[in-house]
Amino acid sequence: MTALLEVKGLRKRFGGLVATDNVTLDVQAGEVHALIGPNGAGKSTLINQLMGLLRQDAGEIVLAGDRIDQLPEPERVRRGLGRTFQITQLLPEFTALENVALAVQAREGHSFRFLRAAAHEERLNAPALQRLKEVGLAAKAQVKVASLSQGERKQLELAIALAGEPRLLLLDEPMAGLGPAESGEMVETLRKLKGSVGILLVEHDMDAVFALADRISVLVYGKIIASGDPAAIRDDEAVRTAYLGEGDA
Amino acid sequence: MTDAVSLPAPAMRKGAAVGWLAVAVLLAVFPTIADALGQPALVPLVGRILIYGMAAATLNLVLGYGGLVSFGHAAYFGLGGYVAGVMALSARNGDLAFGLFPGTDQLLVALAVAAVMGAVLAAVIGSLSLRTSGVQFIMITLAFAQMVYFLFLSLKAYGGDDGLPMRRRLGIGALDMRDDRVLYFVALTGAVIVFLVIWRITVSRFGRVLSGLRQNEARMQAIGIAPRRYRLVAFILAGAGASMAGVLMANQLRFVSPDMLHWTKSGELMIMVILGGVGTLAGPFLGAAALVGLETVLGAFTERWQLLLGPILLAVVLYTHGGIAGLVTKLVKGRAP
Ligand SMILES: Nc1ncnc2c1ncn2[C@@H]1O[C@H](COP(=O)(O)OP(=O)(O)O)[C@@H](O)[C@H]1O
Ligand SMILES: [Mg+2]
Repeated sequence: MTALLEVKGLRKRFGGLVATDNVTLDVQAGEVHALIGPNGAGKSTLINQLMGLLRQDAGEIVLAGDRIDQLPEPERVRRGLGRTFQITQLLPEFTALENVALAVQAREGHSFRFLRAAAHEERLNAPALQRLKEVGLAAKAQVKVASLSQGERKQLELAIALAGEPRLLLLDEPMAGLGPAESGEMVETLRKLKGSVGILLVEHDMDAVFALADRISVLVYGKIIASGDPAAIRDDEAVRTAYLGEGDA
Repeated sequence: MTDAVSLPAPAMRKGAAVGWLAVAVLLAVFPTIADALGQPALVPLVGRILIYGMAAATLNLVLGYGGLVSFGHAAYFGLGGYVAGVMALSARNGDLAFGLFPGTDQLLVALAVAAVMGAVLAAVIGSLSLRTSGVQFIMITLAFAQMVYFLFLSLKAYGGDDGLPMRRRLGIGALDMRDDRVLYFVALTGAVIVFLVIWRITVSRFGRVLSGLRQNEARMQAIGIAPRRYRLVAFILAGAGASMAGVLMANQLRFVSPDMLHWTKSGELMIMVILGGVGTLAGPFLGAAALVGLETVLGAFTERWQLLLGPILLAVVLYTHGGIAGLVTKLVKGRAP
């Protein structure tokens, strides 16, 4: 059986800085693969390359057996990639519902429809509201993004990603900026998703990581220094010195 | 987590609908009012405002809703003007307009041809300029528009820099186009159609994508939207619309010249949008009224009326937050209980 996502020998330099250093990893269907590592390790850069927002210098990205590493971002989304942003990227003038409805609309194909009011379309609103319920944000459906809290924006990011019905979700620090209660809710939301979609989870919150991950890889200075099941990573000497022992984890 | 969430039907608010209807009625009876006041000259003036408003509204589609600062909108407006002038000329001479197609004395035919030519020009300019963004985009749209300007400046057959007068206006059936009122109602009809079409576009799926791309392009790409094709279509729609407005303008003035294509005309359209309210439906029309009104009033006192325009524009931008349309909204809301 082929993996859902296979990354082979991926490299990316920013001038003299090697941000992605021969990264090889995979995500199996339905699996949560956590990617941890200190700030500046290259986690967001990796996600950006997987999505096509950044182009790799070398290496391959294979989704369900097909190479996608030369495709533009929208095409990769069409083939089943979805992401959330570490620093939320939302449409501030739109409500939460409108943000998600737009993702439903994008999922449906082209948007060259010019005269009918999108706000009245039940086939956009109903699934969008369903996604908001899944992340616990339904009560804020009619609230403009500009008036949402940081935690609510993170939840909205996830709802938007889910609206694209991805096969593989790339989550870039979904708990960052959340309070303890909100973090707990996010873990619960992700736990419910587990199994139905492959997840590459970039996260600093170790409780969340150990609660959710089937496998963990550790990225330091662009290199994967360890990869394995959670118990093995917890005990790994190199990981403890390079990362877990740092105190801010 | 609440389960029951009611979605209020996002219809146009009743108050707003009544307001728009009142404006439409007022515009419809305006010629009668102007006559009663003994000011029949106001009728063609308001007609001109409506036509400028149409052109500015199409610019607002890309500039206000799409966030694309196109500084060459006069290219489409002026092209439409020349379609009217040249087709009328060719109808009289029995030759081919632009060496391509027969002329006409029918306004609707000229409008259709202008829409197609405006769309084609916008497709060419858009597909090249939309590869860039920011200042580069502004400069490239400006450069293309200047190319069109110099092209018509050099076309001696169509009057060169003297421009091209129209001996007779293009007509619609048996309507008497020498009557100012008839011209006025043609302009009003055009303005209402443009207003309604742009309103529908902005609330449609396409409109949401266009607005989303302005608000956050990275977000839109991440949900699978390829930006350029949507922006290009907006550009083409706006080009076609501005070109049609140009036909009406030339037909009203019975004259078209390279002035209509000049970059200062692009600037005027942009000022109308900003003055009236960027990204609002009524803004471009209000801005057109303000600019043409200022030109008429201040122009009576001094040749250098544009000197006064600067401070006024500055005041509106700094103090109204959303142009005249924003001011009106604030006033209406402020009075409501
Ligand atoms: N577009 C860019 N240009 C130059 N350097 C970058 C760019 N993006 C990220 N970097 C650098 O690459 C490194 C990895 O960044 P990032 O992927 O954001 O790390 P992480 O998400 O693991 O905290 C950092 O040193 C960062 O400064
Ligand atoms: Mg990061």
